[in-house]
Amino acid sequence: MAVAFDEMNGPGGDLRPAYRELSRWLKETPPDALEYRRQEAELLFRRIGITFAVYGDAEAQERLIPFDVIPRIISAKEWATLEKGLKQRVRALNMFLRDIYHGRDILRANLIPDDLIFQNPVFRPEMNGQSVPHDVYVHIAGIDIVRVDADNFIVLEDNARTPSGVSYMLENREIMMRLFPDLFARHRVAPVERYPDELLAALRSVAPLSASAEPTVALMTPGVYNSAYYEHSFLADKLGIELVEGRDLIVKNDEVFMRTTEGLKRIDVIYRRVDDDFLDPLTFRPDSALGVPGLMSAYAAGNITLANAVGTGIADDKAIYSYMPEIVKFYLGEEPILKNVPTWRCREPKDLSYVLDNLSDLVVKEVHGSGGYGMLIGPAATKATIEAFRDKLKREPQGFIAQPTLALSTCPTCTASGLAPRHVDLRPFVLTGSKHVTIVPGGLTRVALKEGSLVVNSSQGGGTKDTWILDE
Amino acid sequence: MLSRTAENLYWLARYVERAEYIARTIDATLRVTALPAAYIGKTNEWESALLTAGVSTSFYEVYPEASEQNVVEYLAFSPANPSSIKNCIEAARLNSRSVRTALTSEMWDTINSAWLELQEVWGKGTSSREELARFLRFVQETSLRFDGSAYRTMLRNDAYWFSRLGLHLERADNTARILDVKYHVLLPEEEHVGGPLDYYQWTSILRSVSALTAYHWVYRETLKPWLIADLLILNDTLPRSLMSCYSNLVRNLDQIGVAYGRQGAAQRHARGVRNRLEHSHMDDIFQHGVHEFIQEFIADNSRLGEIITRQYLI
Repeated sequence: MAVAFDEMNGPGGDLRPAYRELSRWLKETPPDALEYRRQEAELLFRRIGITFAVYGDAEAQERLIPFDVIPRIISAKEWATLEKGLKQRVRALNMFLRDIYHGRDILRANLIPDDLIFQNPVFRPEMNGQSVPHDVYVHIAGIDIVRVDADNFIVLEDNARTPSGVSYMLENREIMMRLFPDLFARHRVAPVERYPDELLAALRSVAPLSASAEPTVALMTPGVYNSAYYEHSFLADKLGIELVEGRDLIVKNDEVFMRTTEGLKRIDVIYRRVDDDFLDPLTFRPDSALGVPGLMSAYAAGNITLANAVGTGIADDKAIYSYMPEIVKFYLGEEPILKNVPTWRCREPKDLSYVLDNLSDLVVKEVHGSGGYGMLIGPAATKATIEAFRDKLKREPQGFIAQPTLALSTCPTCTASGLAPRHVDLRPFVLTGSKHVTIVPGGLTRVALKEGSLVVNSSQGGGTKDTWILDE
Repeated sequence: MLSRTAENLYWLARYVERAEYIARTIDATLRVTALPAAYIGKTNEWESALLTAGVSTSFYEVYPEASEQNVVEYLAFSPANPSSIKNCIEAARLNSRSVRTALTSEMWDTINSAWLELQEVWGKGTSSREELARFLRFVQETSLRFDGSAYRTMLRNDAYWFSRLGLHLERADNTARILDVKYHVLLPEEEHVGGPLDYYQWTSILRSVSALTAYHWVYRETLKPWLIADLLILNDTLPRSLMSCYSNLVRNLDQIGVAYGRQGAAQRHARGVRNRLEHSHMDDIFQHGVHEFIQEFIADNSRLGEIITRQYLI
């Protein structure tokens, strides 16, 4: 594997311009002062209760995601490219979804095999021919980006269902501004605080026609035991909307109401953080206690907007991912600005045999997996693990894709033995309303805290950093 | 507001108030039992602490005898006791998490910090009387902080009123329970009125509703059982009296009624109970039986809880 690109000290150890002030500041600041503020930050996170839950881990039902106080810095020029590329990609995702659930031009053009859509468990036949306001399916997208050198940002994954992490983007900034006002004074960092306003505007803009002039928006959560519950309550608070659970809602005459102390009140838009499967026990999983019976029928009647729409999983599926460059070209007639990671589709015999021959060099992912579970990182795996995976792969090749291990970029990070480079990724959040696609300049930077580790997922020991987009 | 939010706010306030009340009960019992046997007689004060907390039956399913250690453990820390202080704080935090958007950050901080301290400092219970005293102070201070932050930082809207309803309903229930368990030492026809035995019982009652100093300010008299009963039942100026709780319940329910433009069974029922208290005199209550009076009040009070739930919370 190639040597990783460090975002502060570029190739050859030259300090990169965006990090000039930070580097100077780090030299001036005694290590124990940094350590003191690191502890202070942790205390703040605990007091505010910014936690997430790890499933199947009774000991630590509520855990803190470690926060690294050294910011990750991106220059204005780099951001401009990223922003353009992200908007382009999300536009294409929305057009693709509209097409898949309507005319299916892309299938007729033979760009994507039919069975990849129709035999895919995340394809929702209920959405066939169903129109959604302004043809927006993915109102909130979290696109995972990695960087391999000074020039290239690469999309690792599209998250078009219920992406989380934006509360960390906002809270990390709050805490950094409280703890490091001096460091902020030496930079011009683009603010992120307008995200909730933009989100609310986007959600209101897609209200159904039958809504009143002042549409009512609510955020739907699976409840306090969900791993992202803190984020749900945080966002509802910032947006000034009700945080509802399935049991708070009731469907009457194909309209959705919430139970309030003053009786039933109609809702027009649901920002739902509940998976498709659990939305409506009458349509999807009958054992779901999280959902609302009849919600899908109100949806079909056009009396409620769900954000994101039902069935968006077909656009962020890892098998579909490999077709994204073709998808962008097909719908927009443009070259994709952001590249994909080269991907081998194990469903194709030629690709499979290559993958089987090179398992120890590749990362193999489950097509429907997420959170870093169920994947093989060839270079880091033992022989036995690789062989076990080989059997799995042979049994069900269509369930997997493979990618080369990328040399993810690194950023300076606080460790037990002082500052050291650690691998990072970036998840910016892209909002789509009736008219605009917008991105708040920033995102969630996740950092793999273990030396050499490439797994940034919070469920597996990753941490977060504040992400600074310089506004020059 | 969402019915579930109102319900959570209401129960949140109840749990915090209950935790404080249990802490006061333990505290008052510790003081009495610290006295030489000649002053407290043969009664088992820990037994009566269990009765006051309303958990006597469930206690004996777990423990064979009401020793200090057993009762303190059960009332303060036991996971088996749904009303233990530990469970109250845990339930309060769970409720807070469910309604974070309706709490001010000060209220959240109070509950969350208390919950963290509960786990980090008091996870293993207490091993000495000194530690126990510190724990009880921590619980009472948490309740004061919570109440104070609600009072000082919440918007005066339905969220605030539902939270107050929980507080006053729970408080009325607690005061009534003490009276229910201890009413016999308050009866004026008791023989050795004014004996040392009763004297310490009386201070203990007043202490558990933080009214010892208040008594002297109100009556400027030595402790008299019928005045203690008067203070706890009918005196509108004592925040933990039944009368004061009902003045507040009526006011909060009226505020909700006005805001929603609708009165209902809850408003009528609360006003009925308040009116009965208002037109009662201690003499009549003693004549008709304190015990019966209190029993009836407890039933009325829990009925109000049911009506509020039906009218607003589900």
